[in-house]
Amino acid sequence: MLALAPQDLRLDVNALDYLILALYFAVVVGIGFAARRAIRSSSDFFLAGRALPAWITGLAFVSANLGAIEILGMAANGAQYGLMTVHYYWIGAIPAMVFLGIVMMPFYYRSKVHSVPEFLRRRFNPATQLFNAIAFAVAQVLIAGINLYALALVMEALLGWPLWLSVIVSAAIVLAYITLGGLSSAIYNEVMQFFVIIAGLVPVVVLGLIRVGGFEGLGQKVRESVLGEGGLHTWSTTATTDNPLGASWIGIVFGLGFVLSFGYWTTNFAEVQRGLSARNTNAARLTPIVAAYPKLLIPVVTVIPGLVALVLFSNLGKDGGPAYNYAIPLLMNEFLPNGVLGVAVTGLLASFMAGMAANISGFNTVFTYDIWKGHVNGDKPDEFYVRLGRIATVGGVVAGIGTAFIAAGFSNIMNYLQALFAFFNAPLFATFIIGLFWKRMTPWAGFWGIIAGTLAAFAVYIPYRADLIDLGTDLNASFVAAGAAFLVDAIVSVVITLVTTPKPEEELRGLVYGLTDVDLKDDSLAGDRAWYRSPVVLGSGALVLAAAFYLPFL
Amino acid sequence: MLFDIRRILGGLFAVYGVILVVAGLLDGAEEIAKAEGVRINLWTGIGMLVLAGVFLLWERLRPKDVPDPSDDTSGDA
Repeated sequence: MLALAPQDLRLDVNALDYLILALYFAVVVGIGFAARRAIRSSSDFFLAGRALPAWITGLAFVSANLGAIEILGMAANGAQYGLMTVHYYWIGAIPAMVFLGIVMMPFYYRSKVHSVPEFLRRRFNPATQLFNAIAFAVAQVLIAGINLYALALVMEALLGWPLWLSVIVSAAIVLAYITLGGLSSAIYNEVMQFFVIIAGLVPVVVLGLIRVGGFEGLGQKVRESVLGEGGLHTWSTTATTDNPLGASWIGIVFGLGFVLSFGYWTTNFAEVQRGLSARNTNAARLTPIVAAYPKLLIPVVTVIPGLVALVLFSNLGKDGGPAYNYAIPLLMNEFLPNGVLGVAVTGLLASFMAGMAANISGFNTVFTYDIWKGHVNGDKPDEFYVRLGRIATVGGVVAGIGTAFIAAGFSNIMNYLQALFAFFNAPLFATFIIGLFWKRMTPWAGFWGIIAGTLAAFAVYIPYRADLIDLGTDLNASFVAAGAAFLVDAIVSVVITLVTTPKPEEELRGLVYGLTDVDLKDDSLAGDRAWYRSPVVLGSGALVLAAAFYLPFL
Repeated sequence: MLFDIRRILGGLFAVYGVILVVAGLLDGAEEIAKAEGVRINLWTGIGMLVLAGVFLLWERLRPKDVPDPSDDTSGDA
């Protein structure tokens, strides 16, 4: 085993690697310019003209979630928790993605809304829209800033770039392509980023497996590592919390698989927006389902490198050694010669930027439609809102840069805030699911349900972080906080509904299950009836695969 | 659709593929030893060329990925 000091993180990059990186950025900005020519209306800028096929929106959907923090973090989890990390994918993502595609997407797409908050206005009232819009907008800018700061830290460690240089360069590139091309630019770049990051990670996985003696050798060495036998199982150790993840099967199924994952995947606008840009209802429904297939396989390029790093580097995650988050960069340094190394660095940088671009493109839409058009000034000509969207992009990026520099000074506070923002989604799912299936649910029930649910999450999580209550691990604390948010939201929604007036049925057509909007045309295309374009068939296939993938690792 | 992403993906990976294949052929003993005895640049480059070929061929065989709409869905501004 190799012992490493932090300074060993510096990669030996040369001109060839920088050429690969520069080519990528040239293409990214080029896409922005090309996309700009096609923008004639606000629909083009904010919804990519609603013209994209499902394979593009689907890959963008998976990519918007495949930021570098996610990749490095899941490899870190792989090293720390072993194979139980796959729960974040197979039960913590796939079922919710399939549910979004089959059940919820038709409501989002066919109501022709631009955003999740706008849907809340149509189903409930403007107050609900405004609360959700402001919470979302603030969270997106702060998360974009935290993303930038994380990117700058990694670039400083790997390439020796000063912090401010990475922040300014990457913010400028994201700014350029979103301001120019809007959502289409963001989506096209996400598709490209998906392939580059995979191309950069696959060589790391292959060479890592060769070094440790294939899957068999890896299993053997994990058994001998600090993780032990528990690092190789997913379910058989979950009768109690005595396993690497510190979670029982109840926590995994209901906490991770239901409350946290359905809240994130079905109501997070930065994700749902990809589906709204699809060309018709069928393509919108297929968006998260197409995304589910690559999502099933992503653990191969995150969890496996994490385990390889664990068995190769003796002091990974220990005092004085490199942090778990550096599992993948350490392997890049260990195995990749110049050339492929450039591809891997490009993939990492690209995924940082794609994560930030998803935040910013969600932010500019919500700011323009839900805050400005909805609550400040709603009767300007269409071009005004395209211009406003561009200005909001600049504002969002500048605020993100500011956040990045604040994060550099107060990184603990930023981590804490980021954890809190995760809880804006947990109550939303309760509101959505009740509002979709219970037409009586009233506008003010929507508003107070979300407020009460959000406060409930904070009321659990803040005392936990302040050490006032003991909830075991961080993961368990987030299960409990999200669960509390869900329950309180549901109870408050029902109680308020019983004492307030519901909307007339006419206004709810197309927004509630069972109340179809008879004026809507069928927008299906020739070929949509084929089995390989059926959301139900493909969605079921993803669920079956997710269950089957568990079998060798029970 | 404004322009075809398949052509851009195909183009980028073709260029990357050529760069990596050349780098792979020029790799010396040191680079090969680092990558566990595998000419990783060469193999990754070949993989990228295949991927580029798939995208370019797909675009050529089905130039318009969008089948004609059965009714007009444009006009929702």
